[in-house]
Amino acid sequence: MERDDIIEYSLDAHHDEEHGKKIRSTIWKVTAILTAITILEVMLGVYIKQGSGAWPFVKWSFIILTLLKAAYIVLVFMHLGDERKSLKYVILVPYILFMVYLIFICLMEALKIGNTWMTYGG
Amino acid sequence: MAGHATKEIDAATLWGGKVSPFSTSYGKLMMWFFLVSDALTFGGLLVAYGFTRHDAQDAWPIGEETFNSLPFLGHGYPLMYVALMTFILIVSSVTMVLAVEAGHRMDKRGVVKWMIATIIGGFFFVGSQAWEWYHFIHGSEFGKVELADGSQAIVKGHFGEIENFEVIEAGLHHKKGEKITEDLMHEFQHAASSGHINGGIITLHDGTKAMINKKADEHMALIIKKDGKKYSVGDRIEGKDAEKMYYDAIYGGTENRVIYGANLEQNEYGPQQYGQFFFFITGFHGFHVFSGVIINIIIMIGVVMGIYHKRGHYEMVEKTGLYWHFVDLVWVFVFTFFYLV
Repeated sequence: MERDDIIEYSLDAHHDEEHGKKIRSTIWKVTAILTAITILEVMLGVYIKQGSGAWPFVKWSFIILTLLKAAYIVLVFMHLGDERKSLKYVILVPYILFMVYLIFICLMEALKIGNTWMTYGG
Repeated sequence: MAGHATKEIDAATLWGGKVSPFSTSYGKLMMWFFLVSDALTFGGLLVAYGFTRHDAQDAWPIGEETFNSLPFLGHGYPLMYVALMTFILIVSSVTMVLAVEAGHRMDKRGVVKWMIATIIGGFFFVGSQAWEWYHFIHGSEFGKVELADGSQAIVKGHFGEIENFEVIEAGLHHKKGEKITEDLMHEFQHAASSGHINGGIITLHDGTKAMINKKADEHMALIIKKDGKKYSVGDRIEGKDAEKMYYDAIYGGTENRVIYGANLEQNEYGPQQYGQFFFFITGFHGFHVFSGVIINIIIMIGVVMGIYHKRGHYEMVEKTGLYWHFVDLVWVFVFTFFYLV
């Protein structure tokens, strides 16, 4: 039965071989980036000890590199970067807002509790 | 039947305005909603971990001190194994995205090829995690020791091999003068943690008393993880002092001076919660990987049978792909916050 009221979004992502080549080369490029970041992280982790002078810097680079990796996975591998803006922001904005808030509240609270233990003993 | 939804529910029923504001199919949108909720679960778990860790501060174990073994090679390779696991998962994510790309070209052979690669990668990862758990539960050769002043220390260095137990007082199964060479490490650790070693004499299950013949340890260092009367967190004791303090503790004949490995009550790496978080977060993630492998297998069977080819699109592969990438995404964060930072 032919129907004209169905909009078949599932077909939108189809592409030809020529376009596929471009997509594949992007995939391999992102693979190389993700691998390089992981190697860099492990090198930093092995050579710079926790508690050394450079540690706070290393710790923050770990967090930034992780967010970078996450961005590549979500935007390229999961194709969220290619979706319509409305979908992209419906997924990302509430989640990120909530997580930033939760992380801030919990870590602040934990540090205060930790200091209280240290001051008054357990 | 699954997948028929996109064909039989018309746009007016699905979307009031007939057009999806997201210009995406119902199934894919719901997969995204599910992933957001699952991401909140993992986010909550990791934040809880961060809370406990900031609360405990210096007593928390350091990743590279805890995870430093490789299969067949033993200890002394900090972070290498988990880096390998991360790499395996990234590669399996790449093969999945290649399967999705092949699906967009209606290339059935390509989809099957890359999905098989993804499934193999998934199995490798689950296997690696099993090995990691085994090691975590089993623990190191030294364990965590409670020193004379009440402080607790983890021990680094090379454990001198136990050569044999030389029986000096016969028990049920062993005669005097016999040299026992079987199951030495297990017996040694069991006796040490239950206080059955006194002054270098080990008492075995059957009442046999024996001398421990053991090669010397090398490069031993004690790292204090819990304050005592004399030492405090972060202190490092090396060389002969370390050896004397260590063996005074475990050869003293008192129970529970040394802990080997991990269970839900205690572990040799740090506070009790550390073991619990390790088991729960990596376990929950491992469960996701395992489910992902199963789902991938089911979808691959569908691909081989040609269900999606007949349907005209491979969106089911894309949807499982989303789930699989999500599992990789979670691991990226677990890797950083459990092992690196």
